[in-house]
Amino acid sequence: MSKAVLGIIISLVSVVVMAGGVWGGQRLIESRGPSVWKWLAVVLIVGSAIAGLLIPVPRLPIVNESVRNLFFHVPMWFGMIMVMFVSIVYSIQYLRHPSARLDILAHEAAKTGILLGVLGVATGSLWARYTWGAWWTPDPRLNAAAVALLIYGAYLVLRGSFSDDQQRARVSAIYNIFAFAAAIPLLFILPRISGNSLHPGQTGNPGFNKYDLDSTMRPVFYAAVIGWILFSFWLTQVSSRLTLLQHQHDDQ
Amino acid sequence: MRPETNPPPVPLLREISTLLAKDFRLEWRQRAALGGLLLYVGSTVFVCFLSFSLRGGQPPAPAWNALFWVILLFAAINAVAKGFMQESPGQRLYYYTLVGPQAIILAKMLYNALLLLGVGLLALFLYTIFLGNPIQDLALFVANLVLGALGFATTLTLVSGIAAKAGGNGATLMAVLGFPVMIPMLLLLIKVSKNALDGLDRGLSQQAIITLLALNVIVVAVSYLLFPFLWRG
Repeated sequence: MSKAVLGIIISLVSVVVMAGGVWGGQRLIESRGPSVWKWLAVVLIVGSAIAGLLIPVPRLPIVNESVRNLFFHVPMWFGMIMVMFVSIVYSIQYLRHPSARLDILAHEAAKTGILLGVLGVATGSLWARYTWGAWWTPDPRLNAAAVALLIYGAYLVLRGSFSDDQQRARVSAIYNIFAFAAAIPLLFILPRISGNSLHPGQTGNPGFNKYDLDSTMRPVFYAAVIGWILFSFWLTQVSSRLTLLQHQHDDQ
Repeated sequence: MRPETNPPPVPLLREISTLLAKDFRLEWRQRAALGGLLLYVGSTVFVCFLSFSLRGGQPPAPAWNALFWVILLFAAINAVAKGFMQESPGQRLYYYTLVGPQAIILAKMLYNALLLLGVGLLALFLYTIFLGNPIQDLALFVANLVLGALGFATTLTLVSGIAAKAGGNGATLMAVLGFPVMIPMLLLLIKVSKNALDGLDRGLSQQAIITLLALNVIVVAVSYLLFPFLWRG
């Protein structure tokens, strides 16, 4: 009973953190002021990469030294999920108040998500090759990753098949929201309820849970997560500014 | 005498039933599309029969299951694809003046679900005749088939509306847009269908079935909310 209550509290807190992160991300992406947060992103990513390779890590069966991938692979997924949510929120905002700016922001955020997703798949696949002995396995989490990338690939194909700007913006915003809603069970529910996963943090290998992530790994991991999320917002800001400038230039 | 003001609002259910009847009547008048669909299912099952008969008889249960869902998936994409594409822009404008977008999407989903259920049952019948019937829990399998038809119809209806807006080669675009959205559903359907084939305890399939139902509800709700935006174009 108390476990269920704890679970509900944790879910609520993570929803609030997520919403706050998306809101803050949108402010950062649209900000034109001083850029302390970019320096913070650089410091956190470089610092966590160096520390991640150097600090002592606990010896765990099967994963051994490869547990250091936690400092690279997992933060990339966090960044991807965050920037995907930002993209969807921009799509919803577009449907409420259509403007070319919101469409560009949603598109660029989706592209950043694709980049981080590809990086996440690459680091995960490399890790799996040396830990599980295969580049790819039919694991619920890996299926989810593949589907997320396929959805955004389809989103780009859809955008490419329109000649009218407004129609493209509206229809691709609709697909962005719809595909995400249809993929929610695969991304967030199925990996948790299907018990036979090899992925760390599941029943199989040791990995990310309260016993394995000891006090030396924790700060580096959190620094890496924040750094990669900030980096994904930064990337989105730069690419959306470029596209907006091109858009204004074309109008003149 | 008092002049008549606005006509009384037509209830949503009346609109849906009228649209549904219209879709069935159109389908019956253009029998070529329906015939093509039935022929597609029949010929794929027959090709499976011919290739398996080379090794003497029935396919193993996993292959039976995989082929069944592959045939249904492609039949569903072909069946749903023409839903919005066969309508001309003029026709769409005409419907737009008559009924609300919500009625259109719900009627289309219902129509596609019934069509796909028919196709699914036909495929099961042909399969039983040609390739044998290794299903041990038929009731669960048919219930799963109903959920599958419903799920394919609900996901693909909005996707076909999106693909129709893009114009050009709609069927290809529809496959590209539809597959990633349908994979979660397919994974669950194939799992339950495998359990039904092996005659496993129904408690094992319970969670997957509940997730499938929830997924259907999410997809219908999101389509219901998003279709008006698509329609407005």
